[in-house]
Amino acid sequence: MKEAGVKAWVPSLLRLALVVLLIAFVSNPGWFEPLLKPLTESNAPAIYNQGSLLTLTLLHLRTVLIATVAATTVAVALAILVTRPAGVEFLPLSRSLVNIGQTFPPVAVLALAVPAVGFGEKPTLIALFLYGLLPIFENALTGLTTLPANVVEAARGAGMTGWQRLVKVELPLSAPIILGGIRLSVVISLATATIGSTVAARTLGEVIIAGLLSNNLAFVLQGGLIVAALAVLIYDGLSAIERYTARRMGQETA
Amino acid sequence: MIEIEGITKRYDATTVVDDVSMVIEPRTIAVIVGTSGSGKTTLLRMINRLVEPTAGVIRLDGADNRSLPGYELRRSIGYAIQGHGLFPHRTVAQNIATVPVLLGWDAARIKRRVDELMTLYQLDPQAFGPRYPHELSGGQQQRVGVARALAAEPNVLLMDEPFGALDPIIRNKAQEDLLAIQKRFGTTIILVTHDMEEAVHMGDKIAVMDAGKLVQYAKPAEILAKPASAFVETLVGASEKPFRLLSLGRVRDAVETGTAEGEAIPGDASQRDALAELLWSGRPALPVKGADGKPLGRVTVDGLVKRAASPA
Repeated sequence: MKEAGVKAWVPSLLRLALVVLLIAFVSNPGWFEPLLKPLTESNAPAIYNQGSLLTLTLLHLRTVLIATVAATTVAVALAILVTRPAGVEFLPLSRSLVNIGQTFPPVAVLALAVPAVGFGEKPTLIALFLYGLLPIFENALTGLTTLPANVVEAARGAGMTGWQRLVKVELPLSAPIILGGIRLSVVISLATATIGSTVAARTLGEVIIAGLLSNNLAFVLQGGLIVAALAVLIYDGLSAIERYTARRMGQETA
Repeated sequence: MIEIEGITKRYDATTVVDDVSMVIEPRTIAVIVGTSGSGKTTLLRMINRLVEPTAGVIRLDGADNRSLPGYELRRSIGYAIQGHGLFPHRTVAQNIATVPVLLGWDAARIKRRVDELMTLYQLDPQAFGPRYPHELSGGQQQRVGVARALAAEPNVLLMDEPFGALDPIIRNKAQEDLLAIQKRFGTTIILVTHDMEEAVHMGDKIAVMDAGKLVQYAKPAEILAKPASAFVETLVGASEKPFRLLSLGRVRDAVETGTAEGEAIPGDASQRDALAELLWSGRPALPVKGADGKPLGRVTVDGLVKRAASPA
């Protein structure tokens, strides 16, 4: 038992270390200069010097947050609509729309969106939003259509209206599955947001692109590592919330 | 009182329930028995309008059950189903409070009612109230399911194979609990089952359904003695008939004067249990004691065998 207890602490410690490291790096990148210096050539700067890493990280997160909130709202609303008796006929249509959003490459969305909405954050948000819809929609659909039949029956039998059943029973019961979709969507968005910098959105992609343009491996690496660390931590955090909600309902934890 | 008049349910070409009429007296238990696909569950679900009938009327205490919106009607009728259907994301106390919350009772009244029901069902409100359904045993979950159905003090309780998922020992206890609670609250209960044993044990009247039709609706003794058709006869089970008949009577009512040796049997045990005890122990007679422990007389094998014979 004691050994298991020790083992259980290891991942938490690693996560904590990663958080500390990440905060230290984005707020005080100068401390890490000696580590990255060997990756640069002919005395090029080892730490990104065209903006603050902290600001870029926060802007990156903001972009992902806005896109995910929008995608979640639309995808869950759509899933609710097509699982109501009145909306069933829209299911195939919604499925195709959401699938197109996923199959259309974000780079292409950016190229198409820039003439319409201009450079900057907007085309990036559109690309991330479209790209993030599918996992959330599919999971919400699965969650809402695989509810235990006798629980739904009991909710009807108790005299809940359609709205009360949705809010009090169906959504809470599908919450863990919907959260799983959001988690996937967030992680995809975190990585995809970097390409937004090709159309002048202020994300961590700026650091990577600057590194590619000036042939500076240190820039590419620090931009990539920050994004990776964010993805790992957010993935972990959302998984923990998912497990908590599932466990409360006595569901198997994955 | 529940009056079912000419109720029919058709799905396309299939008639699931075919022109059923019956009256269920207040404060009694009516059991609907039938094989799967006989339409018994559909009939039950038309009473609280989970299924809308194709034709016919159902009146509850004189009022057409279509005079209210479906969800309001269902709040006034208790509903317990097989596998209980407890909300897994809500605590036991929250589950029981479902209908009172929907009806907008104040918090103090809800808590009083939840505590009362949990105590009645031998679940300590302090210990079990805050737990989640998956932390309970099957028997406890079933009790919470029935407590939830009774929470808003309904006059009518509909039960769809409520004991189906329980093992025999817990099922027996659950049946006894239900009978006790029915006596206490005077609830009118309509219970659907495929188990004739359960029907004979629980029902004041039994409705036998076959292929959507109501074949016979009568007191258990009459169903046993005069089955209306070969189907009812099969359902009753020819070899089980005398024993089922005995299980309807209490030992108290079969007492003869005299004494007998050995351990006394309580007067409110069923005559079937008494006969089983006699046969097993190889004795011709058993002493009978009252609830206060005083001897009432004895029961004999001969006496019980006479009672097990067809009354016709």
